[in-house]
This record gives sequence, structure tokens and C-alpha cells, in this order.
Amino acid sequence: MSVNVEITPSPALPRIATGRSYVAAILLSLACGGVAAFAVNYPALTGRIVDQANIIPADTRNAIEPKLTELEAKSDIQLVVATITSLEGQEIEPYANELFRNWKLGEKDKNNGVLLLVAPNEHRVRIEVGYGLEGTLTDALSKIIITNAITPRFKTGDFGGGIARGVDDIITVLTTDSAEWQQRPSLRLDNTQTSDPTNWILIGFLIVFGAMFIGRPGFRWFVLNMALSVLLNSGGSRGGGGFSSGGGFSGGGFSGGGGSSGGGGASGSW
Amino acid sequence: MSIFAPRLRAAAAVICLGLSVSACGYNTIPTNEEQAKAKWADVQNNYQRRADLIPNLVATVQGYAKQEKDVLTAVIEARAKATQVKIDVSQLDDPAKLKQFQDAQNQLTGALGRLLAVSENYPDLKSNQNFLALQSQLEGTENRIAVARRDYIEAVRVYNTSLKTFPGILWASTIFRSNKPMAEFAANDNAQTPPQVKF
Repeated sequence: MSVNVEITPSPALPRIATGRSYVAAILLSLACGGVAAFAVNYPALTGRIVDQANIIPADTRNAIEPKLTELEAKSDIQLVVATITSLEGQEIEPYANELFRNWKLGEKDKNNGVLLLVAPNEHRVRIEVGYGLEGTLTDALSKIIITNAITPRFKTGDFGGGIARGVDDIITVLTTDSAEWQQRPSLRLDNTQTSDPTNWILIGFLIVFGAMFIGRPGFRWFVLNMALSVLLNSGGSRGGGGFSSGGGFSGGGFSGGGGSSGGGGASGSW
Repeated sequence: MSIFAPRLRAAAAVICLGLSVSACGYNTIPTNEEQAKAKWADVQNNYQRRADLIPNLVATVQGYAKQEKDVLTAVIEARAKATQVKIDVSQLDDPAKLKQFQDAQNQLTGALGRLLAVSENYPDLKSNQNFLALQSQLEGTENRIAVARRDYIEAVRVYNTSLKTFPGILWASTIFRSNKPMAEFAANDNAQTPPQVKF
């Protein structure tokens, strides 16, 4: 970093770089990083069915699970059923959205995840739909599934039946026409382009290669140092999410694929 | 070798400069700025989507509740006003402009809330399939607006922070001197919580 500071042609630099304000800036940046942490305690994504509230009977679970697995095998869509003991004082809409993003359901580039969330103690249910499926599983269809298939059964205490029918209907909607949703994700505005790691490595090699031709030892040291710091730097910043997302299934365990949701879907109560 | 050496050296120096510049956060400010702008586009799209739903909704309600003229006109007028106020991404650093946008949208939110409250009095309307579909779409759109706003606020926070903290502050005070912090939504507005659409 010290090399970089030398290059910066800044009249303001001496003022900033000296003493207390420099330390203050670093402390401030550390403090801001800490703010982002969430206070809400979300359940872990242990499988396609996360039954924290313990309301899904074993036979229902056995009936649904293969359907969810088959759905992902056939269409790459990740549908997860979750029941929670408490919304922790939140409305179900923001809770479902944050849980969805926390679990990163669906593939990163397609955002094709769906979350069926049931909060039995608050008597609330929500279908949260990833960006990529909003055109297929629309708000109106989600609402129809909730009011027709789910809540009438929940009213009688039949959680297993309501969830099973809800899952069936969601899968029916998702699998009838897939041509539409496959085109959708490319229209998103926030599809950020992350730089390809191989590019940086290639450039790093080029520089080291170039340094060999230029004989002066001081310059060679400088270049090697720079290349090393850049490689370390780009590797470190990418560790946060780039490498972990992409594949849904890995080694028997279940995890999200990096998808996101923008609040599509519908909620209901009983 | 002797001919190429100076040129090679210059090329290496240029590459080095580029790398060192990107390594110490030169890209952070433009990246965060574009991110915040994209989030703003999302916010605006979702408000537009709501505005697009309204003519259909008004037409449906009109078929069942002609006598609720005041409420219907209020919605139409608020919609017309809200669609006029558009914010270009270059105006995002202007808090007054953002407030104007927000006020217009809040007015529409209020008018819509009254329309939905009034439609409770018409059982035929409430059981109309078209109305139910529109209502759930409106509900979903309000929720999307809430999510998009939250994302925008977060993106602006990140961008503004990168302007004020090291190493971004070095670039903000030199090369990106024209980059101003973006305005956040006012904290005290009631659009933060979507209107309750009860069935």
C-alpha cells in the first residue's frame, strides 16, 4: 500500500495521511463494516424442508421431498419449504425476503428460487418468489395458491395437507411453461459483472514475465511486490461470495446457489 | 533488445500504475455509484409498475362503485402527478428533488389506500376475480417497492461511506471531485411500511 500512496498525485494527501485523521479514517471504515451485520436470527438451511416449527408430519415430508428434488433436477429451480417458530416481531414480507436472500435460493445468474414460508404462531404464510420466476409464478397466482390450496387447510389445523397441496400447485405452475422465465433474468438491471479471476492472474504473470527482461534488481523487486499484492488483494475480496455460489448441490449437502428475490409473491393469513 | 527495452519498460510501468490504482480502491467509487444508480432504477421501475396497474384498477372499481367519484378522481389525479415527477440518475444527489418525488408517490399511496378501504363496502366488487387479481398485484408491487427502497438506501449508504472513508476519500478529493453523496429517503415518511391491503 505504501507504494500506491506515493503514486497518488494529491495535494490533500499530506493532510490526510498524517497522524490522527488517518487513524480515524481507518477506524471509521471498520465501524461501518460492522453495521451491516444482522440482528435477526435466521434458521439454518439444512435441507429442502426446514421445519423449525415442527408442524410437518413425517409422511408429508417423505411425500414432498422427492418432488422438490425432482423439480431442481429437471428445471434447476430451488423450491424450499420453511416453517418458523417466530417472525421475531417483523412482518412476514420483509422476513421472507431477508431469509430468501440469506439462503440465496436459486442460481446466481437466474435467481430461480421459491420459498414457501409458514409462521404458524403468527398465522401467516408467504410464497416468496425469486426475481427470475416472477413472470411465471406471479403475485396473482401465488395469492390464488395461498387462498385456495393452503389457508383453508391451515384453518382446520391440517398443516401437512396445506403444505403438500401448496407445493403441488407451485410445481404445477412452475413446470407448465418454462420458456418465459428462462428469458427473464437477463433483463435485470442489477446483474453486476464480476471480474474474471483468471484475467488478474494472467496480468500478474505478464508483469512478472516483463520484469525478467528488465534487468534492474530494484525494479524487479518492485514489480514482484506489486503483482503479489494485487493477486492477494483480488483473491481476498472474492472470498466473500463469488466462489461459494453457483452450484446448488454439493457433496450431498444442500445449499442455496446465490439467487436473490425482490419481494415477488404473495402472503396470506388464516 | 536495446531498442525494445525502453518501450517495454514504459508499458510495464503503465500496467503497474493501472494495477496499483485499482488495488487501492480506485474502482470502488464508480462501482458503488453504478450500483446505487441501478438500485434507484429498480425503485423507479416498481413505482412505475404500480402506476401502470392503476387504470385497470380504477376501471374495475368504477364498474361496481360509480358513486365513489371523489375517491376515484383522487387516485387518478395523484397518479398523474406521481408519473410526472421523474428523477434522472444524475439528480440523485439533490435531496429536494428526491423529496418531491417521494411526496408525489406518498400522495398516491394515500389515495390508493382510501380506494381499497372504500371497496370493502361492495361485496360484488370484492368477489370479482379481476379485482382480486389486481389487488394481489398491487399488494405485491407495494412489497417490491419496499424491498427496492431498502436496497437503494443500503446501496447509497455504501456509496456515501466509500466517499468518506479511506482509501475512497483520497480519490473523492482528487479525481472524483465531482462525485457528491447521494440523497437518502427521509426517515420519517410513512411509505416505509406498505399500506395494509386486507382481504
